[in-house]
Amino acid sequence: MQMIQALWSYRGFVLGSVRREFESKYRNSLLGALWTIINPLTMIVVYTVIFAKLMQAKLPGVDSTFAYSIYLCVGVLTWGLFTETVGRSQNVFLENANLLKKISFPRLCLPVIVVANAGLNFLIIFSLFTIFLIVSGNFPGLVFVALIPVLMIQTLFAVGLGITVGVLNVFFRDVGQLFGVILQFWFWLTPVVYPVTILPESVRAAIRYNPMNALISAYQGIVVRGLWPDWMSLWPVTVLSILLCLLGMRLFRKHAGEMVDEL
Amino acid sequence: MGSITVKQLGKAYKQYPSRWSRLAEWLSPTGKTHHTLKWVLQDIDFEVKAGEAVGIVGINGAGKSTLLKMITGTTQPTTGSVQVTGRVAALLELGMGFHPDFTGRQNAVMAGQLLGYSVEEIARLMPEIEAFAEIGEYIDQPVRVYSSGMQMRLAFSVATAHRPDILIVDEALSVGDAYFQHKSFNRIRAFGKEGTTLLIVSHDKGSIQGICDRAILLDAGVIGMQGAPDAVMDYYNALLAERENSTVRQHVTDDGKLKITSGTGEATIDDIALLDDKGERLEVVNVGQAVELRVGVRALEDLPELVLGYVIKDRLGQPVYGTNTHHLNDKLFELKSGATLTYRFKFPANLGVGTYSISVALHTADNHISKNYEWRDLALVFSIVNIDKGNFVGVAWIPPVMECER
Repeated sequence: MQMIQALWSYRGFVLGSVRREFESKYRNSLLGALWTIINPLTMIVVYTVIFAKLMQAKLPGVDSTFAYSIYLCVGVLTWGLFTETVGRSQNVFLENANLLKKISFPRLCLPVIVVANAGLNFLIIFSLFTIFLIVSGNFPGLVFVALIPVLMIQTLFAVGLGITVGVLNVFFRDVGQLFGVILQFWFWLTPVVYPVTILPESVRAAIRYNPMNALISAYQGIVVRGLWPDWMSLWPVTVLSILLCLLGMRLFRKHAGEMVDEL
Repeated sequence: MGSITVKQLGKAYKQYPSRWSRLAEWLSPTGKTHHTLKWVLQDIDFEVKAGEAVGIVGINGAGKSTLLKMITGTTQPTTGSVQVTGRVAALLELGMGFHPDFTGRQNAVMAGQLLGYSVEEIARLMPEIEAFAEIGEYIDQPVRVYSSGMQMRLAFSVATAHRPDILIVDEALSVGDAYFQHKSFNRIRAFGKEGTTLLIVSHDKGSIQGICDRAILLDAGVIGMQGAPDAVMDYYNALLAERENSTVRQHVTDDGKLKITSGTGEATIDDIALLDDKGERLEVVNVGQAVELRVGVRALEDLPELVLGYVIKDRLGQPVYGTNTHHLNDKLFELKSGATLTYRFKFPANLGVGTYSISVALHTADNHISKNYEWRDLALVFSIVNIDKGNFVGVAWIPPVMECER
């Protein structure tokens, strides 16, 4: 509770930092914030042109030219949000070593800034994607709002994991390196690029234990097929997220003092 | 508001024999420890009352910065506690977190937010910050085009925009030009007068004695001494001179002042006296009177080189005049053990009214840092009285020849 109060009193700093980080990316460029739009737009266009037009890739069971590129975009964008949050939080204490050592402020501001920044970037990209869905006539309708709770669970998961890995990474730098490798494997072990149906039955059973699978499948179901997510399938990942958050907070509280000595 | 209470404070860093042993310790189910503790501060006990100004001195590595970091809260103590009441502003690292691509104004807002101010508060303080920093048009230029002095002016202005209950100052203030140093010290002094508690770390004798009511000497992680600033600074100087076998002794003189003697002891001062032109010992001297400082020295071992230095200090311990035989081009070489010498320095006592002390030192080269045989503070105390000169103020007697044209 005290932590939240401290965070609230530093909201100016958090908001300012988010704004500053966003601005600093495009500070000295001519096109400025336009680049935030150009980059994801290119991605959407490339996926659409290559997969829908050139390769004529079809998604089993869905009859639409854009189905596969939409499937790909949903997975890649949400996976991108996940890796950005986790990846940035794992380095957040190391990157801000100077600040942590010299200035006294609530340390939890840093992960909050990371989450807010990743969220902001995602919001911009995803809005563009939504416009693309509407324009191409693939907007799934009311079911779209179901994305919000799923995204919240994912953020909780990413924050818990990020803080845990971030604290460990201060003491054992191997953790950061190792986690990079894990993320690579994780991406291909999650049905982002391929539909889960192409996998043999035995592998599919194993993939159910991948917490990201439930989340990504929920997004794909909502956007591509217009289906409400199977809430029961999201329970395990929610519980896991809460446990990770508790673990992360515990590690953080226990080692926050020692962390500054180690930086 | 504004008190600092430090109780039994200690800080140790964990040292692991190898990278793996930390992992072993973390994973150990029995809670077996694998580290050794390296203590950098131990048993620090002191209290600073609201409105007091305290200086902290000590050689590099004595633990001053660690102590300040624990008081500001960036570092957690290993043992003991720090209790601070009121708002703390720390001038430890000026310009921390300035982003080079943003303008001075934007960075000032950011730095203010990091200090916990709200945006409205900063907006209200902004004109004042701009005025104090005196960087003019540059306020709206990116910080990367600033000189380091300008950055530091802006950072100082932001950090001190509000009068804090406690102000902690590290040597940060040694940057910037003389003008801004004066200006910033004036602000710090003004805060002190208005009731801000000051905690100042410095190597500069002048600033410690000029501002502080009390000084604390840190030596190798423990409090070496605390007390009146001039006594602590003398002890600190003696410590600086301390080498291998030398010792530092302090004893209280009849008038209650601490007298400090230190050195390796190869040579000693047998006698020191201030004499008038008839050879009589003096304790009270008239302004401008011709006097002679006589110092008797004895070599206790064979000495390759010997220099005698003295400094006259005012009652605050500020040096008024000092020199040594190296600068006077009369350095002695190859002295045999047992040799005795008598030095005579003749000068007019062109000093203002007040009490003065003389410190003497026997050493090699041009200072007492490399080899210090004996250093004696408050070796002699005398008073200057004004018997026949007109009224004047100050520590020096500089009579002018006046003309006035009309």
